Amino acid sequence: MADTDIRPNSDSEPTSTPQKVAVADAEGLSEKPKTFGQLARERFFGHKLALIGGIGLLLLVVLFLVGPLFSEWEFDQRNVRDRKQGPSAEHWFGTDEIGRDLFVRTARGGWYSMQIGVIAAFVATTVGTVLGALAGYFGKLWDIVVTNLVNLILTVPAIIVLSVFANKFGAGKWGLALVLAGLLWTRIARVVRGVILSIKEQEYIMAAKAAGASHARILFRHLLPNVMGAIAVEITLLVGSVIVLESTLSFLGLGVKPPNASLGTLVRDAKGDIDSDPLRVLTPGIFIVLIVLCVNFLGDGLRDALDPRATGADSKEAQQAKKAAKKARKQIQKAGAHNAADTRADGTSS
Amino acid sequence: MTQPLLTVENLNVGFATKSGIVQAATDINFEIFPGEVLAVVGESGSGKSVTALALMRLHPDNTIVSGNVNFDGHDLLNMSDRDMRAIRGSDVAMIFQDPMTAMNPVFSVGNQIVETIRVHDSSVSKQEAWTKAVDLLKLVGVPEPKQRASQYPHEYSGGMRQRAMIAMAIANDPKLLIADEPTTALDVTVQAQVMEVLHEVQAETGSAMMLITHDLGLVAGSADRVQVMYASRLMETGSIDQIFYESQNPYTRALLESIPDIDGLKEELSPIPGNPPSLLNPSAGCAFRPRCKFAQDVCATEVPPRISVGVNHTSRCALALELPAPAGASAGDAS
Repeated sequence: MADTDIRPNSDSEPTSTPQKVAVADAEGLSEKPKTFGQLARERFFGHKLALIGGIGLLLLVVLFLVGPLFSEWEFDQRNVRDRKQGPSAEHWFGTDEIGRDLFVRTARGGWYSMQIGVIAAFVATTVGTVLGALAGYFGKLWDIVVTNLVNLILTVPAIIVLSVFANKFGAGKWGLALVLAGLLWTRIARVVRGVILSIKEQEYIMAAKAAGASHARILFRHLLPNVMGAIAVEITLLVGSVIVLESTLSFLGLGVKPPNASLGTLVRDAKGDIDSDPLRVLTPGIFIVLIVLCVNFLGDGLRDALDPRATGADSKEAQQAKKAAKKARKQIQKAGAHNAADTRADGTSS
Repeated sequence: MTQPLLTVENLNVGFATKSGIVQAATDINFEIFPGEVLAVVGESGSGKSVTALALMRLHPDNTIVSGNVNFDGHDLLNMSDRDMRAIRGSDVAMIFQDPMTAMNPVFSVGNQIVETIRVHDSSVSKQEAWTKAVDLLKLVGVPEPKQRASQYPHEYSGGMRQRAMIAMAIANDPKLLIADEPTTALDVTVQAQVMEVLHEVQAETGSAMMLITHDLGLVAGSADRVQVMYASRLMETGSIDQIFYESQNPYTRALLESIPDIDGLKEELSPIPGNPPSLLNPSAGCAFRPRCKFAQDVCATEVPPRISVGVNHTSRCALALELPAPAGASAGDAS
């Protein structure tokens, strides 16, 4: 229609006459195109696993923060008479060998682990993204310095460094998180550098340069948004690793110091009684797994939601159509399996 | 006589590679006047795009550029990066070959145009720039520009994207548009539409255009002057009529003869025999000599100079003016 109409007076034409709307409808343009944010939200909420992950995380946070308020016990309150008990109405998760309530301690430890995970992942992502982007975009000296730094850190045995630092800076939340971030930013840096190396050769970066964009603008406006999907996935994987690593450290006695608790220390404290009371080891372990799983699901959803090339979430009709198609296919298969020759034609035509 | 908008003198562009310097553009001299369309024609690898990129200083890092480029009083090759950025996109804009990859997939088309406008004039508000972007999209013939502006590049078809690229290029009323094979990646049917848009836009804004292409048909319909390149050198420069009807260069003639005849009068295609030479270690003499049916002994020893063969018509051939009259010289018969 307006294909070859190249007159410049834009205002002279009425913008939407009824016929025009009809034409636009045929092209699927009848409704206002959605913004990126709307699309991303739609895609995210259409992603079942991501929703499960998000809701699961929320529930866990609520459990960790609100749960202890309903318990009459303090996390460091000893109660020697009730030591090494199984779950009961009084002690929901039982008690440890000096009679501390394990539900309250698990909640406290879980919250602690989550905090460390988020802080460390945030710091590592920031550092890794900036350094990776600089190395990938500018190359040359930047690249040499950053890649070698990454290689150096990758060769460092994490557990040994962590044990040294944990002794030096204590086992505070921030100290642990920062040391973990210092070891883990390399992963992000490598991913970001790789993605940017490939994207910066794309013609649209050349086009941006040809339009007069500065280095900063190209980096922040053109390159980084294209890396967001990869970063989102990497962050969530990182949160998972941090939580696991922190648990490992605490398990080895290098992390959180008693009477404070983290999920790792809880597993360690219980390991002596694994034969008589396996639940005490399993409970904090299950929480570690739950947190990490939820975070990873969330990351999956984020990646899909932030992918600008993806189409919008399937509409309800499209989903129904898909389901119907699946059903039909199944019927055909069933029919084919039961009596191959006879019902085949029937099945395919339905 | 009007002052040229762009003057290029003795431009040499080479790539430093492991096996030596690849001379991609040698001894390039030309000028572009305000408002005119100069077509640069040549085979792949003849140095067309490299020349354009060198003008914009967008060539890769391993490139060696020498010569003199004057654009509207600015020395393009020796100005600071910051000044160069100010010129790119505002005074000189570029349209790229492949509209599929020349747009950032994470921004809506409208936003990319807004960005182009605001990079050069941050006093323009986002709303104003957006309105202008919609107007520009309308100007280049994008239907439903209001809705289309907030769509993403992947929601556009190829021809539509190239239109949007054109809109982006003219957003700041450039004095010079460099179109690097703007229709090569498009369907033949869409090519004509896009060229038409480019033409009307160029006439509308009065900007000069450097049209890089290997499609002689495209040139015939849209350029004022033509410049033929072969193996990194300018072979012939002249007006449309001079090139098409009075060519004084065997390469240009061979190129013209190799166009299939749409009327079907010619039964066989007449391609140019052989392959273009390597630019790594150019042999002495004329680069086209091995494929030239007029070649003489002189051609093997020295690179022919550019000879003036008419008004604003030069040819790089030792035998220029001595060649037999071109085959298709019926229309513009001057010689």
